[in-house]
Amino acid sequence: MQSHLLLLVVFAALVSAVFAALQREDPRDQVRLGLLLFASFVGAALVAGWLMFPFPLGAR
Amino acid sequence: MAVHRPTDPRALEPATVAFVCVLGWLMPGAGHLWLRRSERGLVFLVALSAMFVLGLTLEGRLFPFELSQPLVALAAAANLGSGGLYFGAWALGYGGGTVVAPSYEYGNTFLIAAGLLNLLVVIDAFDTALGRK
Repeated sequence: MQSHLLLLVVFAALVSAVFAALQREDPRDQVRLGLLLFASFVGAALVAGWLMFPFPLGAR
Repeated sequence: MAVHRPTDPRALEPATVAFVCVLGWLMPGAGHLWLRRSERGLVFLVALSAMFVLGLTLEGRLFPFELSQPLVALAAAANLGSGGLYFGAWALGYGGGTVVAPSYEYGNTFLIAAGLLNLLVVIDAFDTALGRK
């Protein structure tokens, strides 16, 4: 498994599931929080990636 | 130590609360399953076990306790949070890590996160056993 995006999505899904189950009692609330956390994880990573885009890797 | 499984978690005695915490540490979600919080327990069992196995599959490392290298020791403490999975992998010879593998750091991240999240799950089981949740 070499895809950075796939690993990011899998990590976000698993961590979101655990946090949602920890923080909410009602199953519907758990699903809602889980989806919100998952979207936040993935969205924040994509935004951070775009923000770093102007800085080329290994620039001298 | 004879451990009786009560129907009302609020009736748990200190020794039983400690048993629940140790059980939850040894196997993610087992404390919640024992407390009859089946749905939560299954989520923790599946998600944290998957994170741990993925971390090993991605050639991550189970760090040793080297006090001369504080960051390595901290990572080892986080790894130890996985409890039984950590000892099982160690006994079977997994977790050596491959530093040159492209997925090495990803594997470490999965392994460390699994351990730290399991510690949070143990604290949640502790609160549940005391009737706080």
